[in-house]
Amino acid sequence: MTVAARPRLRGVVGESAPRSDAPPKTQGAFAYASDLAREGMLHGATLRSPHPRARIARIDVEAARALPGVAAVLTAADLPTKVKFGLMKLDQLPLADGRVRYAGEPVAIVAAEDPERAREAVRAVRVEYEVLPAVTDPVAALHPDAPRLHDDGNVIEDVRVVHGDPDARADVVVEDEYEVAMQDQAPLGPEAGLAIPDPDGGVTLHVATQWLHEDLRQIAACLGLPERKVRLVLAGVGGAFGAREDVTLQIHVCLLALATRRPVRIVYGREESFHGHVHRHAARLWYAHGATRDGDLVFVRASIVLDGGGYASSSSAVVANAACFGAGPYRVPNALIHAVGAYTNNPPAGAMRGFGAVQSCFAYEAQMDRLAAALGMDPVALRGRNALRDGDRIVTGQAVEGSAPVADLIRRCAALPPPAPPPGLIAGEVDLTALPGGVGNVTRGEGVRRGTALAVGFKNACYSHAFDDFSTARVRLVRERGEPVAYVLTAAAEVGQGIVGVCEQIARTELGVQRVVVETPDTSIGSAGSSSASRQTWMTGGAVLAACREVKAELARRAEAHDRVRRTPRDGEPVDVDLAPLLDPPIERTVTHRHRPTEPRDATTQNAGHVAFLFAAHRATVDVDVETGIVKVVQVATSQDVGKAINPLAVVGQLEGGIAQGLGLAVMEEVRLQGGLMRNASFTDYLLPTTLDMPPVVCDLVEHPHPDAPYGAKGVGEPPTISSTPAIVAAIRAATGRELNRVPVRPDDIVFGTAARSGWRMRPGADPRTAVRM
Amino acid sequence: MPVLIARRLDEALDELAAHPDTTVLAGGTDLMVELNFGRARPARVLAVDRIDELRQSAGGSRVRLGAAVTYARLLRDGAGSRALEEAARTVGSPQIRGAGTVGGNLGTCSPAGDTLPVLAALDAVVVLRSARGERRVPFAEFMTGPKRSVRRSDELIVAAEWDDAGPAQTFVKVGTRNAMVIAVASLAMVIDRARRRVGIALGSCGPTILRAPDAERFVRVLCDEAGWDRPLRLSEAERTELGRLVSAAARPIDDVRGTSAYRRHVLGVIAGRALARLGAA
Ligand SMILES: Cc1cc2nc3c(=O)[nH]c(=O)nc-3n(C[C@H](O)[C@H](O)[C@H](O)COP(=O)(O)OP(=O)(O)OC[C@H]3O[C@@H](n4cnc5c(N)ncnc54)[C@H](O)[C@@H]3O)c2cc1C
Repeated sequence: MTVAARPRLRGVVGESAPRSDAPPKTQGAFAYASDLAREGMLHGATLRSPHPRARIARIDVEAARALPGVAAVLTAADLPTKVKFGLMKLDQLPLADGRVRYAGEPVAIVAAEDPERAREAVRAVRVEYEVLPAVTDPVAALHPDAPRLHDDGNVIEDVRVVHGDPDARADVVVEDEYEVAMQDQAPLGPEAGLAIPDPDGGVTLHVATQWLHEDLRQIAACLGLPERKVRLVLAGVGGAFGAREDVTLQIHVCLLALATRRPVRIVYGREESFHGHVHRHAARLWYAHGATRDGDLVFVRASIVLDGGGYASSSSAVVANAACFGAGPYRVPNALIHAVGAYTNNPPAGAMRGFGAVQSCFAYEAQMDRLAAALGMDPVALRGRNALRDGDRIVTGQAVEGSAPVADLIRRCAALPPPAPPPGLIAGEVDLTALPGGVGNVTRGEGVRRGTALAVGFKNACYSHAFDDFSTARVRLVRERGEPVAYVLTAAAEVGQGIVGVCEQIARTELGVQRVVVETPDTSIGSAGSSSASRQTWMTGGAVLAACREVKAELARRAEAHDRVRRTPRDGEPVDVDLAPLLDPPIERTVTHRHRPTEPRDATTQNAGHVAFLFAAHRATVDVDVETGIVKVVQVATSQDVGKAINPLAVVGQLEGGIAQGLGLAVMEEVRLQGGLMRNASFTDYLLPTTLDMPPVVCDLVEHPHPDAPYGAKGVGEPPTISSTPAIVAAIRAATGRELNRVPVRPDDIVFGTAARSGWRMRPGADPRTAVRM
Repeated sequence: MPVLIARRLDEALDELAAHPDTTVLAGGTDLMVELNFGRARPARVLAVDRIDELRQSAGGSRVRLGAAVTYARLLRDGAGSRALEEAARTVGSPQIRGAGTVGGNLGTCSPAGDTLPVLAALDAVVVLRSARGERRVPFAEFMTGPKRSVRRSDELIVAAEWDDAGPAQTFVKVGTRNAMVIAVASLAMVIDRARRRVGIALGSCGPTILRAPDAERFVRVLCDEAGWDRPLRLSEAERTELGRLVSAAARPIDDVRGTSAYRRHVLGVIAGRALARLGAA
């Protein structure tokens, strides 16, 4: 039998194949979670604390309950259990009981016939607060005299990396402090969920989330229900970036559905979204780098304080990342890094793209430039000289296996085509959109100086430190109208990143069938883990790959038994239609895929705690109007080791999107806090880059396949946000000569040369709790 | 909530006279935001964007711009003021410019309204009409504070009018994003060579749009010395002095969008640039 006459499969691994969710999303036909609706549903709303720290003396819900059209008003007194939730530490009640620890903490929830009445009911709830002084400086929160915000103190996590000789001395030492402000993930789709009570006393929740099973665990515990009575279905997710790792409205909407025995929907508006989800940790970092006169790194010492806010969320893992990757992708023989996550009364912080690696990369890359200046060396050459090589150990003592093409990435990135030279002073007609300030007409070339700089960064892929990281996939090969069709079910959340397309391409490639249907993820199948940590292609892609191979093996067995074919198709080759009769009954396989185990963390963090590392280099070119402090990023060029691009176009999308978020942190994105209160919870004043802020990106996809990953494909989602920020800021430094030790860079910092000073004296590497107020 | 979509001006004015609690709706780019945030719950709404008289403009030596002219149309057809066109171009995004109107900008009367410094620098007159008649209010008297004006609830803004000031006029807006940004500070400068008049007005740096009379006087003297019909070459010292006078006219505050120190500084910079550009032309 021959297959020679058949067309080749379209959309296999390695092709820039269109993904099935793209047309409905671009045409407005895709149902996002906020579009969910059920006949007879109620609308939920949330009352949040206006105070960052207070005791709740009394809550009076009578007036709210008495309003027409109000079906339920629930407070902590109505919770079925006092079980707390949290991603890593169970420290928060679904509704505040007696104490509030941040402004925005949920205090009461209501369900009513329409959203307007629900909001009215929220306003009718009377809460008496005894306001307490808020602790908003994370360094102060660590001080022994600080008020205890949680019963177990204010330290969420404490990670110390001790490598080589922590007291090593060097010829040349540079030292400074750095600050990273709080960034918001700002997914365009606000939080939304619809809960439907089930006849068995359980509940089904349709929700936009990053991790169905982790939500399920926390929801069931807080509802006091066995996990089998809680079912989750993934609703259309409009972006996530870490904001949907944590429980926001999940428990609330289920509580309301169970209390009213009716379907209930909650949809946040933009302002509530800012208050509802966790953010990127604001950070203070004190760094010292030492090198020989020739430019070999001798030591890195750092103290890092991450502001965890009112509750822990994933702070402990973020702190670990900030420490583990705190010396950068360099060979560093001696290191002492001490990172602490603190409880404060600021809004809670948790996961955001880059997850702890972002904060330290901003600091260590600034340090590398300082060091180059102190040594009189070219900063790119200094980086190349110290770049991690294959088999080198990072400061946690773990050897980098697979590949560490850091020097290669630096070289390649530096050699990418530069942008056109700056326009110079222009008279007459000019394309203002190409200049700082755009059509605001601020400059037609006056005051504009150009700067270019390069930065590198790295982090882990997948979960670390002995976490049991796995994903489950079910692949069913059936015959429909004479054609073979593959159905793929996993619980992996498509959050925009393209896991649906990855699954389609892998199934096509492995099974040789053109038609692949990726089913809506739900909890009827095992966990896929979160769509985070750049892990879904590796983990769920790996699970789909393994399941397909088992299906294929069964197909081969059946074919042999029937003597219908002599061989099964090779990769990329369509299944012969004659195979279709073999699919009665259909073939179904469910496989759980795990990456190799990682080691737990010990007191000095010297262990093989990570499964693999992701590397990228960014080169930014900026035009800065130095008199007004306005920045136009002209180009970002990047070389990133992606292992293998399953879908090159989708990878480029991740690189560009990640760079946009990195650019945002570099020059505009900041949740502005004052005394624990958010001052800019809207897109009017929380500025995101627009298309006129986002420069052309030159993408250089470097493919060093990782031996353990499916097709060698490393994760790609996070590295673009890690070193793009420091590259852009370094380019602004090059253009202005300013210090710029804080992101986002503000026009004031450029114009007046202001630098961020924490007011704390801290010896880099020392325990952050020993900081002394200056 | 009853919504009346008016086609004729008299019908709209009668509605306002009969129901003083009516909220006027033009492009809705301010009003709908207020509604979405729950900050406004109008009892009645009167849509004025289909009233022909409000969509008409006239050029020539006396320019009249209808209140319901959108930014997109103004940019397509010309506004009779180059600075106003520059201001319109900076407003929001294409969607906002397609719906938003100059009348709405006046109706909202925010110190960050981008057309307002231009109207101030042009010495424009705001034309208000009610069933009782017409009032013509100079812009300087029209705006009384942040989001406050002398418009009575029974009045419609029907147009803005000003004398054509010639080509030497410009608008500059500073914001921390390269598009779709609310002004941190803005400045309009008009040098009417024919009438030998200078107007300089500042946005986003005080409770209302501020004029900079000392700076205006300074530029007038410079023009007198150089000759109103000839290019103006600005010395470094003159540029610095102009910047100082403009900064001094501002009454900025610190807020989430910028510091008062930055606002003062940047106003000085853009004033110097504006005059250098206009003087050279
Ligand atoms: C995303 C976005 C970006 C924006 N960017 C900018 C910007 O860059 N610069 C800027 O200046 N503004 C900006 N705005 C604000 C807004 O677009 C402008 O103020 C616009 O001019 C308002 O016009 P409108 O026709 O939409 O007004 P509407 O929203 O319809 O009305 C605004 C107010 O004026 C009143 N009103 C309207 N017309 C009349 C009339 N004829 N007589 C009496 N009262 C009237 C209304 O009752 C209301 O109080 C932005 C808004 C958004 C949503």
